[in-house]
Amino acid sequence: MPTPPSSPPAAPRPPVTGTAPSQAELRSRLHGLPGVDAVGLEQRAAGLATRSIKTTAKAYALDLAISMVDLTTLEGSDTAGKVRALCAKAARPDPGDPTTPHTAAVCVYPDLAATAKEALAAAGAPQVEVAAVATAFPSGRASLRVKIADAEDAVAAGADEVDMVIDRGAFLSGDYLKVHEEIRAVKEACAAGPGAGARLKVIFENAELATYDNIRRASWLAMEAGADFIKTSTGKVGGAATLPATLLMLEAVRGYHAATGTRVGVKPAGGIRAAKDALRYLVVVNETAGPEWLTPDWFRFGASGLLGDLLMQRHKLATGAYSGAAYVTVD
Amino acid sequence: MSEQTAQRRVGAPRRLGVLKTYKLFVGGKFPRSESGRVYEVVDAKGEWLANAPLSSRKDARDAVAAARKAFPGWSGATAYNRGQVLFRVAEMVEGRRAQFTSEVAAAEGLSAARASAQVDAAIDRIVWYAGWTDKIAQIAGGPNPVAGPFLNVSTPEPTGVVAVLAPQRSSLLGLISVLGPVLAGGGTAVLVASERAPLPALSFAEVLATSDVPGGVVNLLSGRTAELAAPLAAHRDVDALDLTGACGDPELVRELEVAAAENLKRVHRPRAGAGNGDAEDWAADPGTGRLLAFLETKTVWHPRGD
Repeated sequence: MPTPPSSPPAAPRPPVTGTAPSQAELRSRLHGLPGVDAVGLEQRAAGLATRSIKTTAKAYALDLAISMVDLTTLEGSDTAGKVRALCAKAARPDPGDPTTPHTAAVCVYPDLAATAKEALAAAGAPQVEVAAVATAFPSGRASLRVKIADAEDAVAAGADEVDMVIDRGAFLSGDYLKVHEEIRAVKEACAAGPGAGARLKVIFENAELATYDNIRRASWLAMEAGADFIKTSTGKVGGAATLPATLLMLEAVRGYHAATGTRVGVKPAGGIRAAKDALRYLVVVNETAGPEWLTPDWFRFGASGLLGDLLMQRHKLATGAYSGAAYVTVD
Repeated sequence: MSEQTAQRRVGAPRRLGVLKTYKLFVGGKFPRSESGRVYEVVDAKGEWLANAPLSSRKDARDAVAAARKAFPGWSGATAYNRGQVLFRVAEMVEGRRAQFTSEVAAAEGLSAARASAQVDAAIDRIVWYAGWTDKIAQIAGGPNPVAGPFLNVSTPEPTGVVAVLAPQRSSLLGLISVLGPVLAGGGTAVLVASERAPLPALSFAEVLATSDVPGGVVNLLSGRTAELAAPLAAHRDVDALDLTGACGDPELVRELEVAAAENLKRVHRPRAGAGNGDAEDWAADPGTGRLLAFLETKTVWHPRGD
């Protein structure tokens, strides 16, 4: 895969050590990252968005996108029944077509993680992971003690993945060390999870970070602190995932992989509703990070409505006739 | 001084006329065809009139999505309100009578007087259907006598998204005669304009856009009827199909009916034989046949306390 010319060189940085860096050290490192060429970035994303994906490639991409969906419900009105229905849908998105792949995960609040775990086992799809949002989602405004307890709760309830939010207030006021420490602490709490521990996704809420430079800094900060995934948004605050911001984060994980050999995943979330958009993201993944990232292990979509459109497009390819919303399950 | 002015007039360039770009009407907006294609529209004598968009099946798909989105609002509006909106459409056509008269005259090769009569009839046809909105329930529904302690009531409800192939000859009166009943009943429409004479229809979309018809309730496509009808007939999210514009081609009608059977679409195929190339005589009293074709009867049983 050719390397896109717009990518900045991997930032010069010392190897990650076990000890925590100092505030000054973090600050100089993050502010030493090359600035983002916003116009170039957006133009590159817009250019990649024009790629045409048809026929067999489209069929492959649709199935891949379905298998990358973190089927999400994060409402105050969520009930155990709604979560069970969501799990059934995650396990078997299209009951009429057994060749449809299952989604990567279901994403719920921590108190419903146990319900989701049971429901997935009952639906015969224990391989679908349970992701729980934690650390005072979506605002992140709580003490570190509460955040750790929240994450531990989620892991104890059986969550395979924990989606944490960073403290945007601390990040924007330049207190990078606090953000770093929080991510490390939550990562430790995740270690109690099954197997090698729950995987940690770190949510930046890009819309609140305001600039592309901040998104690049947050990406490196989170990856150095031990994030397994970096995620664009909560989907709860205005402004959701955008293609340029995701491209920027993919450049960061590529740079981090080149520098340290550690692979980190990316998860755009919020506002991705059409299959066409999902395919554009997949093109950007392939052209930016590379085909190694084109698996549910390293790329995810945080979405709920997207799955319905992916299934409708799948119907269209299978039958030749346009499908309608009445032919897929509603959330 | 006056000599100088005269000289400038002689030397002044002739004014260039501004030609109109005809566009589609989908979801309350006026997009070009997604395919970027256009085709030449000629008048009855074969002289070029304008380019019209040559819609693709993706335009048809977008139009259905827009019609589906608009359906809850339009079908949920009160019948009285739908009547008012349709009457407003008639008012707007009245205000643009001259434009429609010349477009119909060019499209159908009619004299000014006969074209004007067509526009008059079209306006009257809209008013006719505007009047029917809150009256159709009385003739298509009502209490049913049943043998038991029940109140049994039937009411007509709109079928849903209706794909309408507009008649090929009658470019305005025919178009309105097939669109009116769908709107009056509360359905939303994907309307395929006459292939040969789409310009009055495309101008009529401008009327719809400025007369309180919510965006997406009417979606107008121009292009090859056969090319657009196939994906519409097969589309699972279309609830009914009006074959009027395909009636000249029995083989096409058969294919469309087969495709429509897949999701049990309600199909309206007018009986052939008005002798004008269209299936019906549009000047005749329209009756309520087309209204009833796109309504479903809902019957409710309610226990009676006596």
